[in-house]
Parts: sequence; structure tokens; C-alpha cells
Amino acid sequence: MNVRNDLLGPEASQPPAPAAQHRQRSTVLLRTIALLYLGLLVAGPVALMLYRTFQDGLAPVFAELTSPAFLHALKLTALIVAISVPLNAIFGVACALVMVRHQFPGKRLLDLLLTMPLGVSPVVVGLALVIVYGSRKGWVGPWFMEHGIRIIFATPGMVLATIFVSLPFVAREVIPVLREIGTDQEQAARILGANSWQTFRHITLPAIRTGVAYGVVLTTARALGEYGAVAVVSGKMAGRTETLTLHVEERWLAFEPVAAFTTSVVLALMALLVLVLMRRLEPREVS
Amino acid sequence: MGITVTRVSKHFNDYTALDDVSIEVPDGSLTALLGPSGSGKSTLLRIIAGLETPDAGSVVIGGQDVTGLPPQEREIGFVFQHYAAFKHMTVRDNVGFGLRIRKRSKAEIRDRVNELLSLVQLDGFSERYPAQLSGGQRQRMALARALAVEPRVLLLDEPFGALDARVREELRDWLRRLHEQVHVTTVLVTHDQEEAMEVASRIVVMNHARVEQVGSPSEIYDNPASDFVMGFVGRVNRLPDAFIRPHEVRLCDPIEPGCETATVERILAFGPETRIDLRLDRNGERLWAHLPAGEAMLHGMEEGSTVGVDLSRARPVAVAVA
Repeated sequence: MNVRNDLLGPEASQPPAPAAQHRQRSTVLLRTIALLYLGLLVAGPVALMLYRTFQDGLAPVFAELTSPAFLHALKLTALIVAISVPLNAIFGVACALVMVRHQFPGKRLLDLLLTMPLGVSPVVVGLALVIVYGSRKGWVGPWFMEHGIRIIFATPGMVLATIFVSLPFVAREVIPVLREIGTDQEQAARILGANSWQTFRHITLPAIRTGVAYGVVLTTARALGEYGAVAVVSGKMAGRTETLTLHVEERWLAFEPVAAFTTSVVLALMALLVLVLMRRLEPREVS
Repeated sequence: MGITVTRVSKHFNDYTALDDVSIEVPDGSLTALLGPSGSGKSTLLRIIAGLETPDAGSVVIGGQDVTGLPPQEREIGFVFQHYAAFKHMTVRDNVGFGLRIRKRSKAEIRDRVNELLSLVQLDGFSERYPAQLSGGQRQRMALARALAVEPRVLLLDEPFGALDARVREELRDWLRRLHEQVHVTTVLVTHDQEEAMEVASRIVVMNHARVEQVGSPSEIYDNPASDFVMGFVGRVNRLPDAFIRPHEVRLCDPIEPGCETATVERILAFGPETRIDLRLDRNGERLWAHLPAGEAMLHGMEEGSTVGVDLSRARPVAVAVA
């Protein structure tokens, strides 16, 4: 009953004028639809999963959290994120700068390539990587193999796959910000004696900080959660090439639902943590 | 220090922004580049600053050829129309930016910034962010920032263009007084002839990528070198075959030789001058005159009455000025 009262607000107690009443009714309707939609599709499933995770107490959760396979998956996921996110952040900012501040032939092509990972199915990405880096029949894979570097069915391949699928986010977030801030501030800095690096460091980077932060959040979320592309190139070997998402699937298929749920909750918490951290890093906007 | 621009040309694809332009800016002067939009004045300023590269020609500042130098090595100050304030820095950090880049000591930067903030009358605003300043204050901050590094020349690109009329007038006066204090060679780009006349000691009138005339405000006003300058600088009546400035129209007695009749269409009396809109009886041409306030009354003029006007000071339209 409390919830209902909150939804209708204090005005609900007294009869309002017909027009206001109509407006109020449509607001309530919209609010209800939005809440139902989010409730059924997001809040409900997440809540149910949390419930199922802790249904049998903390012992099975703890057992999963200390299992070697889980710990290895956690480490591997952290490693992949730690490599792919900074690389994509640097590459994304560089790409955005080139796209916005320079004119060159092939710019349209770069733009297209930069968008492609958003559109191509991750499974296709994984297969494409196998074709190039496969250790026996790949294009350059055998050469790496001769030099003792296994790419497919090993960590390097999984890093490559993650970089591929999470590549556009930083650039896509930064490009519109760069367009909006224009070149005046950068030119002013140059005239005041700053070289390219100083201008970037003191003027451009602080101005695009929010865009970079959002891009990094999206990149990290994607890197944490990527399944398809990584699944294809990993070989899914438990304790060797299994990330957290792959571990969830493997535990689920092994009829260990609590283990699968526990890992899922860990993934969700990691994503939440990233979001909170980025909120903190956001610049204090002065209006 | 003086600036010498020699035979500079600049094209953007098919568009000619500057066509073989040469100008001389004397040391310590306040020179205005005046022209309509698209005349090339901003491009010329940006070439002096090093923000654009000329296709041909050279730029010399204080005896040093800077044509190939990047902007950060030219030791100039530049003020943009839209302030180009560093939004994430306080006023203090904005003004001190050039000094920090030059690795001056903290104490020196603090003292110099304080000195400049008081010069531009922004003491007490040092910890604010640009977003918390008015347009006029932001532009004064931008000026302080440009002056902080003791530039050899100061370049202003339509600095008051984004401000409203009253602030613009205040800042003009203020800029002229500032220039008397700091004496740095200053080039001001503007499309506003009144601004150029009021602020600058020398004016370079530009049109269609070329220089039309160079001179003091009075030289340009009294002896325009071309029809374009005549029409662009100061108010003017265009008759089919002649130009006449409103204050050059004289009232006369119709029986005098050279005096013709006109019908008064409107009288606008306020301040020291009265504006009279006239239609010539001879050919129906419309023109307007500025008369000292008393004179219109003296002639007992009213709307619809006929007066004698003397247009002998009109200048014939020149035959194509090169």
C-alpha cells in the first residue's frame, strides 16, 4: 500500500481539476509501465538470482569463491581487462583526435572500421581471429607458434578478442566531445607557448575527461561481460582459458547452479563497482 | 615590435582568402584590420599568429622572419572572439598558463598574475571559473592571459564581437587606455567601422582578399581611396553618380546657383544632430542629411515642406579603383 501511495503522490488525496486529473492519470500510467518493464526485465531476474545464490546459506557460495577454477577465472578476467581497457582507452583517444582534428584520405574508411565492432557478431569476430592467428592453419598463427607464442586457445587470443569487441567505445564517446569543445582553447594554449603534448595534457585531456570516463566504463563492462568472441578463441579449458563468463556457463552446464549464480553475482558487482568509481572520477562541473 | 607582412597569399581550395597582401604595422601602434566578413582580415591575423600557413609570402615580427615558426615560438598574444577560456581552470590558472608552461617560479607567477588581474580590473575574481564570469569579464581575462607572457605583439580577433553593445563600447575605451599603458604593438580585427575608428590609430581597410587603403581614421574618412572605402567607412548617401556623407549636405536658398529643391519626408530630432530624410524634386532620389540641432528649427522645417539643398560636396563615383 505504501508503494501505491508513493506512486500517486500527495496530490492523489484531493480531487484535482479535470485537465490536471487527466495529466496526472497519464503520468501515473507512464510511470507504471516504466516500472513494470524494468521490474520484469531487470530488477526481477537480478533479485531472483541473488535469492537463489544465497538460498542454501553462505557455505556453497564460499566454496565456489575459493575454488581454484573460480579464482583462476577471476584472475584471467582481471588480466584481460587490465590489458585491453588501457590499450583501448589510449587507442580510442588517439583515434578520436585523428578523426576530429585532422583531414586525411581514408578517413571514411577509418570511421567505418571504428564502428564495425559494434555491428559484427562476436562469434564472427572470434572466427576471424582463429583464421588469422590459428596455430596450425592460421595466416600468421604458425609463425608465432614457431617462436613459442600460442595465440588461439590461449590468453593472447582472448585479449585480442576482447580488444576487438570493446574497441569503439572510448573513441565513440570522445569524438562528439572533441567536436563540441572546438579548437579555440587548444590554439590559445599553443600561442601561449605550449607544445603538442602540453596542450593535450593541460587542455584537451581535462576537457574530454568525462567522455573518456564514460568510454572506459562501457569498455570495462564489455570486457568483463564478453562471451561470444572469447568463447570461440579460448577453447574453454577450465582452470586454463576460462574467464568468469565462460566459468558461469561451464558451472551451469555441470549442474552447479549455485556456483554459476555466485560467479554471476561477482560479475554484476564488478560492473557496479566500475560504475561507482567512474561517477567519483567525474569532474566537478562548474555551471 | 613592428610587423611586416610581405606579399602573402592564401587559398582554401578554390577560395582566395588573401591575394598578394602586404602590410606594415609600426612598432607600438594600435592598428585595425577593417573589412566585411570574407575580406580576409581574420585569415591575415591568423597567418601572423601562425595558426594558418600562407601559400606564399613572408611574415616578419621585430626583424625576425617567423613565416616557418609554429605559433608557440612566435612570442605573441592572441585574443579570440569567443574568449577561448580554459573552462576547467580558475581565472588565476588561466592567466598564469603561459608562465607555468615557461616554468617560472610559483612566487613570480603569483605576483605577475595579481598585477595583470588588477590591470584588467579583475582583482577579486581570481578563484572563479570562466563560467562564473560575464562575457566582458571573460574577454578581459583572455587579454590578461595573452599579456602575461609579455608578447612581442598582441593580436585581437573580433574581440568584442560576441558582446552586447554597451559592454562593447566600454571595452573599446578600456582597450585604448590599456594600450596607452602597455604600448605593445596591437593588431585588432573588426568588421565594425565605428570600433576601428574609435580604437585604432591606423586602419587597414580590406575587401575581397586585398588591402583597399591604409591610413589614420581621419585620412580614411575624409579621403577614401575607393568607392568601397567611402561606402564602408562612415555613413554615406549613394546617389546614382555620386556619394555624399550626411553631414556634407548643406541647406541653402533655392534661388542660389547650385541649390536644388527637395521635399522633407521625416525629421528625427534628438541629441546634438537632427536627421532629415529628403527626396530630391529633380529625380525622386532619397537621401538623408545630418544637421546641427538648431539649424533645422532655424529653417522652419517640417515634414512635407520644401527646402533647398546644396550637394556640391558630393564625390563622383570613381571609375573602378584598382
